Amino acid sequence: MDRVWVLAETGEQGPTALTLELLTKARTLAPAVEAVAWGPGTASIAAALGEHGASRVYDVGDIGGRLPGAPVAGAIAALMRDGEQPDAVLIPASYDGRDVAGRLSAMLDRPVLTNVTGLAEQDGSVLTEHPIFGGTKILHARFTGEGPGIYVVRAKSFASEPAGGAAAEVIALPPVDAGPAGAATIVQRHVEEASGPKLDEAAVVVSGGRGLGSAESYALIEELSHLLHGAAGASRAIVDAGWVPYSHQVGQTGKTVKPTVYLACGISGATQHLVGMKGSKNIVAINKDREAPIFSVADLGIVGDVHKVLPALVEALKSRS
Amino acid sequence: MHVVVCVKQIPDPAVPGALDQVTHTLDRSGKLVMDDSDSYGVEMALQLAGNVEGSEVTLVSMAPGGETSGLRTALAMGAARAILVSDDALSGSDALSTAKALAAAIRRAEPDLVIAATESTDGYTGTLPVQLAELLGMPSVTFAKGVSTDGTTLEVERQTEAGYDEVTCPLPALVTVTAGVVEPRYPSFKGIMAAKSKPIDVLSLADLGIDPSDVGVRGAREEVVDVADAEARAGGEIVMDEGDGAARIVAFLEQLKVI
Ligand SMILES: Cc1cc2nc3c(=O)[nH]c(=O)nc-3n(C[C@H](O)[C@H](O)[C@H](O)COP(=O)(O)OP(=O)(O)OC[C@H]3O[C@@H](n4cnc5c(N)ncnc54)[C@H](O)[C@@H]3O)c2cc1C
Ligand SMILES: Cc1cc2nc3c(=O)[nH]c(=O)nc-3n(C[C@H](O)[C@H](O)[C@H](O)COP(=O)(O)OP(=O)(O)OC[C@H]3O[C@@H](n4cnc5c(N)ncnc54)[C@H](O)[C@@H]3O)c2cc1C
Repeated sequence: MDRVWVLAETGEQGPTALTLELLTKARTLAPAVEAVAWGPGTASIAAALGEHGASRVYDVGDIGGRLPGAPVAGAIAALMRDGEQPDAVLIPASYDGRDVAGRLSAMLDRPVLTNVTGLAEQDGSVLTEHPIFGGTKILHARFTGEGPGIYVVRAKSFASEPAGGAAAEVIALPPVDAGPAGAATIVQRHVEEASGPKLDEAAVVVSGGRGLGSAESYALIEELSHLLHGAAGASRAIVDAGWVPYSHQVGQTGKTVKPTVYLACGISGATQHLVGMKGSKNIVAINKDREAPIFSVADLGIVGDVHKVLPALVEALKSRS
Repeated sequence: MHVVVCVKQIPDPAVPGALDQVTHTLDRSGKLVMDDSDSYGVEMALQLAGNVEGSEVTLVSMAPGGETSGLRTALAMGAARAILVSDDALSGSDALSTAKALAAAIRRAEPDLVIAATESTDGYTGTLPVQLAELLGMPSVTFAKGVSTDGTTLEVERQTEAGYDEVTCPLPALVTVTAGVVEPRYPSFKGIMAAKSKPIDVLSLADLGIDPSDVGVRGAREEVVDVADAEARAGGEIVMDEGDGAARIVAFLEQLKVI
């Protein structure tokens, strides 16, 4: 491959971690790595993008309150129609990234490979890696048709490393009119206050599941994660039940975490949960059912009641500090 | 208001999945059921339709072999009718081909609102609904944890990294809902009986004017190269809690120098 584009997302502190992971990977796939970004602050992230390997960043510009799917994909498609042809477009598996990927796929009439956790060049084509059946099997796939291939890549599939390049050259794209398809607009943002380290950055993650029995018991998970200077996570079951906000969810539809220690408390270990935490360096599980699938990935498994083990653990940790 | 809900019919998730040894596609030869993920969309559609006078809910599905059992479940919940796209040439379709087939069927229904799940249980690419919206020329709002509409405008609470956004757009539009957004109703006995006589319109590719070589295995422009066992995690130590569970965890954390 000669040229790879990376869809760059901007967070509160510059490009998101996943964006930098994708740029780092892109460097190993092609000599020319370029980014596409949107929003009012593209100039301010050009340095970080360049440092991670992007020579240029195509700037879609400020899209106001519109959801990025249609306008950003529209700008990328227009760029390609104007003759710029990457061999691959790497897109973060995020809310907005998935929207851009779906739109772009239909606009270009090119398929998408999703849930990608690995990318490697082999005999001139790029082989993707997809965990299936809860990560017990790895499927390898590749595009067979005309490029560019669109890849939606999961967080933490690759490490991010700066390469020390100069700031990416910012190339402003002409505005595109996404028409009715681009009409979805954000009228109000709600930010949930969070304290302590972020779930996907913490060295210790303590997660709770339905085995906690009630929303009130989640306080034990929060206290424990606080004592361990970690973050509190959750299974989807208790997010759906409304016990904790979605931002705590670990798994296929939630966050991917790879902490030093992951503590799963009252979580069965469904395949969709496992794909989000199986990469943790160490896994501790507490579950009253010896047959729970979570034990198949645990380094230390305690077959017991969370209502006994967790309070005792909290006490033990408190008495140490 | 005409609401169209996508309902995927999938192999029973309680039965362990299997890939066809030759094609590496998911084995869909057994009986199919309604994807649980879509029960939220069906419920949402019924509730939204209930709030806007003169509304109707139509289901759309693409499935092999004229499969309707999952659709009957959703009809029993209260939808009025269903459209099934079924054609041998669709087997092995990727998400984009599936979106093309569904788009052709949905276009005929002239919906005001299209509802899908954020991702399916079996394929979980999570890209199909947005592909569908683009093919239909509609705005889309994904990851909805709350939806309301007056029949003209759609208002959505959309999940984000940091919390959620209030998003609005004019109809017609497409929305994808997450699990837990509403509590799906159980079909009543009356509903199940009524579902048996509700109309299911079965359409082939020819009916939809789609060239069979554009979809299915022939239309797919990606291939599975191989499927391998993932590196298994080394077996850990599993112990019964004899009152020493907490102490064991503390020792483990100490050894890792986390505390
Ligand atoms: C498309 C799709 C996407 C999904 N995405 C995700 C995702 O991102 N993340 C996710 O987590 N799930 C996801 N799921 C849901 C997943 O399939 C499971 O339903 C969910 O993970 C189960 O949560 P749980 O382990 O808390 O609950 P359960 O499966 O109900 O498990 C509860 C466990 O607690 C144990 N227990 C009960 N009481 C006690 C006690 N007193 N002490 C100790 N243990 C006890 C039980 O033995 C049991 O193992 C997804 C599903 C689908 C279909
Ligand atoms: C393990 C695995 C990995 C795969 N990876 C890819 C891939 O990387 N790229 C790719 O293009 N295809 C992939 N496929 C094929 C893909 O799953 C199917 O093509 C499927 O038809 C559409 O994708 P989905 O179920 O993943 O859609 P999703 O986008 O996850 O579905 C979201 C929602 O769209 C609606 N919907 C989806 N399909 C239908 C249907 N048939 N009828 C009615 N409503 C529907 C439902 O509401 C569903 O919940 C994969 C399949 C498997 C089993």
